[in-house]
Amino acid sequence: MPIKLEIVTVERMLFSDDVDMVIAPGAEGVMGILPNHAALLTALNYGELIVRKKGQDDQSFAIGGGFMEVLPNKVTVLADVAEHADDINVQRAQQARDRAKNLLESGNLSMDDMVRAEAAIRRAMVRIKVAQKRRKQRPISQD
Amino acid sequence: MASLRDIKRRISGVKNISQVTRAMQMIAAAKMRRAQEQVRASRPYAEKAWEVLVHLSQQPDAKGQLHPLLSARPINKACVVLITSDRGLAGGYNSNIIRTTAKFINNYDKPISLVTVGRKGRGFFARSKYPIIAEFDGLPDRPTLLDILPIARIVINDFLSFEYDEVYLAYTDFINTVVQKPVVKRLLPLLPEKMDEQAVAEHVGQYVGSRHPYIYEPGPVELLDVILPRFTELQVYQAVLESLASEHSARMVAMRSATDNANELVADLTLTYNRVRQEAITKEMMDIVGGVEALK
Repeated sequence: MPIKLEIVTVERMLFSDDVDMVIAPGAEGVMGILPNHAALLTALNYGELIVRKKGQDDQSFAIGGGFMEVLPNKVTVLADVAEHADDINVQRAQQARDRAKNLLESGNLSMDDMVRAEAAIRRAMVRIKVAQKRRKQRPISQD
Repeated sequence: MASLRDIKRRISGVKNISQVTRAMQMIAAAKMRRAQEQVRASRPYAEKAWEVLVHLSQQPDAKGQLHPLLSARPINKACVVLITSDRGLAGGYNSNIIRTTAKFINNYDKPISLVTVGRKGRGFFARSKYPIIAEFDGLPDRPTLLDILPIARIVINDFLSFEYDEVYLAYTDFINTVVQKPVVKRLLPLLPEKMDEQAVAEHVGQYVGSRHPYIYEPGPVELLDVILPRFTELQVYQAVLESLASEHSARMVAMRSATDNANELVADLTLTYNRVRQEAITKEMMDIVGGVEALK
């Protein structure tokens, strides 16, 4: 019995399909969701969300915080930021990371700005990681 | 009577204007469609977030200590977030929402301050000496949640630090291309009694039998802490999008009638032009005939 997975961001519906397993970066650790999971509501961390479906390659998404609601046969991800691995622009993520790093090193930031810069770095790192993993998995598909 | 040359010049002037207004009409139509799509695209998230929120706020654990964003308190001061456009030539769009807001403020019996989004609203209320706490303008044509985050942050933070006890959102609801409705809606506090009991029952009842309580990670209170600000931001975001769609459709309608009027004027002027020309010719002929008669 498959799980119906929906990944929604404020700007659009990113993914909607039946899948066999979802691996998500929960606030208290990475969790794998199989069908008939107990009802659960969790905050999400920055991280990689993997969607597994029999007979298909895993799909992965970079998630930047949000929520996930799990019901026995339905998983809804409300992501603050979400991107499919194939859509990630590694160069831009690296630029974003470097920019935030420079900002941090330049010092004299307010507390808020520092938190924001650190969050930006974490976000960028997740995107880079997800995208690069993808590249290793299927080197041929990268043209 | 205007000379032939004057009329001709006016005709070409009016024609130019009608071309400009027609172009603006078309641009507005395209932008309106885009804004509408954005509103539609943000709906699934809004519905889901609302479900989760309703469901969380019903949790017995959370009941004891209501979240500050959820709880009403005695009102000493309020704030209105007013959403207008940066540019004019949009028919009654800006004046409608400004009038509605001004009326609302005047009827409100406690002091009220403003956060304005868009130059038009700021202009009016600054001229009338209303207290403006913050102003935002130059939002892009396709705003993302990130673009409106500062607006929401200001009101959430000030609300939490007791700067004001109620926050209203004044924006223009996009009903259809012809009808846009200016509304003033409460943004904060989010009152639980306003939540749809039936929706709660459907959502919670359907999945959560007493045998299988929800698991929360981290606790329900912490989750509320995250989702309430997010939901508030989302409401501001949607109001901005609705207003944007309204602005463009108001502009489109205004520009269409401007184009129609210009075309009508061209038709009138052409008629006058022809009549004047005819008269001039007749007069010349009379002169010639008169001259010939005189020579006989």
